[in-house]
Amino acid sequence: MTRTLLDPTSERTVAERARLARPSSVDGLTVGLLDISKPRGDVFLDRLEQRLVAHGASVKRYRKPTFSKPAPADLRHEIAVECQLVIEALAD
Amino acid sequence: MTAVAPTNSPALPDGLVVVVKRDCETCQMIVPALVDLAAQRSDVVVITQDDPSFPTSPIPTFDEDLALSWHLDIETVPTLIVREEGAEVERTVGWQRAEWQRLTGVAELGDQLPTMRPGCGSKSVDPDLIDELRARYGGSVLTARRIEVADAEDEIEFMFTRGWSDGLPVVPPTEERVLAMLEGTNRAADDVVAVIPPDLAPATVEKVAIAAVMAGCRPEYLPWVLAAVQAACTDEFNMHGLLATTMPVGPVLICSGPGTRAIGMNSGGNALGQGNRANSTIGRALQLVVRNVGGGRPGEIDRATHGSPGKIGFCFAENDAESPFGRLASEHGIDDGVDAVTLFAGEGTRCIVDQISRQPESLARSIAASLLAMLHPKLIMAFDAVLVIGPEHARVFAEAGWDRSAIVAGISEHLNRPGSDLVRGAGGIEEGLPEVFADVPSLPKFRDGGLMLTYAGGGAGLFSEIIGGWVNDEVGSKPVTRAVTY
Repeated sequence: MTRTLLDPTSERTVAERARLARPSSVDGLTVGLLDISKPRGDVFLDRLEQRLVAHGASVKRYRKPTFSKPAPADLRHEIAVECQLVIEALAD
Repeated sequence: MTAVAPTNSPALPDGLVVVVKRDCETCQMIVPALVDLAAQRSDVVVITQDDPSFPTSPIPTFDEDLALSWHLDIETVPTLIVREEGAEVERTVGWQRAEWQRLTGVAELGDQLPTMRPGCGSKSVDPDLIDELRARYGGSVLTARRIEVADAEDEIEFMFTRGWSDGLPVVPPTEERVLAMLEGTNRAADDVVAVIPPDLAPATVEKVAIAAVMAGCRPEYLPWVLAAVQAACTDEFNMHGLLATTMPVGPVLICSGPGTRAIGMNSGGNALGQGNRANSTIGRALQLVVRNVGGGRPGEIDRATHGSPGKIGFCFAENDAESPFGRLASEHGIDDGVDAVTLFAGEGTRCIVDQISRQPESLARSIAASLLAMLHPKLIMAFDAVLVIGPEHARVFAEAGWDRSAIVAGISEHLNRPGSDLVRGAGGIEEGLPEVFADVPSLPKFRDGGLMLTYAGGGAGLFSEIIGGWVNDEVGSKPVTRAVTY
């Protein structure tokens, strides 16, 4: 006899979304650097900023209120509007 | 009494409906009255549950699949129902001669029978049948997607393969089991309990009931699971952060109130260990909701470096009935006598052994010395702790007249150290506080309210247990207490 179970999941079908094509160069692009508020993340991001600027990118810096919670919707929107690329720093 | 017409009820004519079964002495006794009734009224329908040839007269309708009995909500046989204009207006159960005479309008009905005889249980509420009947006739409240398991498949293995398990076997969530689980709450199956991280998917009471079945809960545990899910999915508790962190923490459920005893939770010997069904399954059900509804799985959003055994489910009862210093929920504003669950973002347990101290000051120093090392001896105030004081340690404090605040104050007195001991590099240890704290004369291990007391354990043993926390307050997690609603 076929048995029937009830689906314990959220029943969401996760749509696979294609990644954007990687740019061949960062020259002339705006790169957002998101500090998630972990200790020493800024050290990593400072160095990245130097390297990116040397390659012709302009850099904008952002910071999450706490590493333990998702970035607020307003911050995500701000980054999406102001930048073409974003790098999120996870460091300790 | 008046009754509301059951929904989806099969059509019945107006008049009198009598439900009986052969396997009931009272039903057999009233057969002469039924014969008499059918002779005097033409609108009598007799429904029989177990034998189409009973009674021989009047000729009954055989309720073989018990659909009529289920929809008429029959709990006892015989039941006499009066129907007018397509709906029930009154009923009586068992044999009560005066009631039968009044409802039928037949003045001398059953005068040869005793005045009163109690009825028997309806076959439709037979414990062996009720789960199947509920699924057959009550299944429409369930909206979860149905998933077929083929004949040749083992359902336990099927659920492992689907990724529904936390690593231990789960109980198959069949319609019968989930409907039985839903009997544990008055909340509607489609009521949304909380939005579950990390996917931020809404969990209905039905989805929580499915997880509770899988975890091994009994229906009477469901209100506790619902309260825990609600507490976990608050911004204060921050279940998302608990998943994402590399630290080994998970939700620790501390239950208290008379309901813990009603459902048989263990607050005594081995309360924090294995062997009690409620303790073992309530916390597991919460974690299965997070896993299956929220999508929080190890190696994905769950980034724990080590994790801890408690992440299968860590739940215990506080022995608030015998506690000499009240209960933890009272620290969070819950009134006495109200069932409550506190969620704490905690790691495993760490035992404090002090078998010698009989003076409260000595024991407080012992406990403080042990607490100082929690997570790291040089890190302070960022982590809370729950201290589970065992009965033999609690007695030392109680006999000296120390109440909850006195115990916290007595321990905290020995939790202060100068900043110079704690800064980076002090003691030859690079970990520590920033140099700016070097000149602060005294720094406490815990923030205000960060050391919480609870009372559990039993039998012999001059021990207490530390449950270390995670990053506290706005940055991480605050303990959340919720009253249990039924």
